[in-house]
Amino acid sequence: MLFRSAAVTASELERVTGWRLKAEGLCREDRCVPFVARDQERVALADVGTALGMPLVHDARHGLWALGAESGGHVLTSAIAPDLELPDAEGRPFRLASLRGRKVLLVAWASW
Amino acid sequence: MWQELREELHPRGLEIVTVALDAAGAAAAGPWIAKASPRHPSLIDREHAVDALFGIVNVPSGVWIDEAGTIVRGPEPAHPRPPAYKDRPVPPDATPAQRERIEVVRALHVEAERYVAALRDWVARGAESRFALSQEEVVRRSRPRPVSEAAAAAHFAIGLALNDAGERDDAIAHFREAHRLHPTNWTYRRDAWSLSGPEYETVYGTSWLTEVKREGVENYYPALEMP
Repeated sequence: MLFRSAAVTASELERVTGWRLKAEGLCREDRCVPFVARDQERVALADVGTALGMPLVHDARHGLWALGAESGGHVLTSAIAPDLELPDAEGRPFRLASLRGRKVLLVAWASW
Repeated sequence: MWQELREELHPRGLEIVTVALDAAGAAAAGPWIAKASPRHPSLIDREHAVDALFGIVNVPSGVWIDEAGTIVRGPEPAHPRPPAYKDRPVPPDATPAQRERIEVVRALHVEAERYVAALRDWVARGAESRFALSQEEVVRRSRPRPVSEAAAAAHFAIGLALNDAGERDDAIAHFREAHRLHPTNWTYRRDAWSLSGPEYETVYGTSWLTEVKREGVENYYPALEMP
């Protein structure tokens, strides 16, 4: 999850990470984590990282910040398949959820 | 690779979705997909989103998701058939290094028949299949994610963005950090190496053989945990 500033608007945070700032804190799907934004306009990525257990990596030379995935537990917190949307080879977006009602074998491969 | 199996099992309720972990995107994966001309969704995951989302660390890896959108198995090594490289003979004029590499590749643990048999059983029996895991077991089997591995994903994302921007050396520094922080993630390693082409060994100061021996040949494709 890549950003070009150390603090972002709530809407950018949601767009990039899927976490939404609400009165209850930071929420995603059916989970909420306590969080109080220190600033009305912009949310500090470092604070988000601390609240969600996501390490924040900063490349000062190129002005890039990246939040890693939530850490400290297991990769999966539940067996509900995460929402996944990826492009096909023609760039058309495809959502895994569109296959609900079928069994799915998801296979990761690579050309290398 | 999966076409035949898909054609066999699609009428019985299975869809296959392939996800290419190629930082070079459609330019790298596209020709393979075009050649295979699959009927199933074939997606491109330049940023390795599925690594973070599912815990995928190598390819090929499979995840089973049931009709309700619940993961019932995986991720784990998923080969539709034994790969051709397993039978590659050692050329008589092979150098010791080449011989060793071929022998290590042949020693990789690939259980294609077992995996496909399990898949067919699940497609036939669904939740009654002994290969379908409970939600608790799926979560229990999922890898722990220490901070180091979460940070590795962040470095890989930055490396990718810098590589796209033409900042090759700085990209490589971030890729190297991703490899250091998550040494068992073969997709970060090999994808980054592929961006450097044949001279990757010089650029990264290591080789596939060195890394596999260090991590343990038996760990490259861990044995399937199934009855």
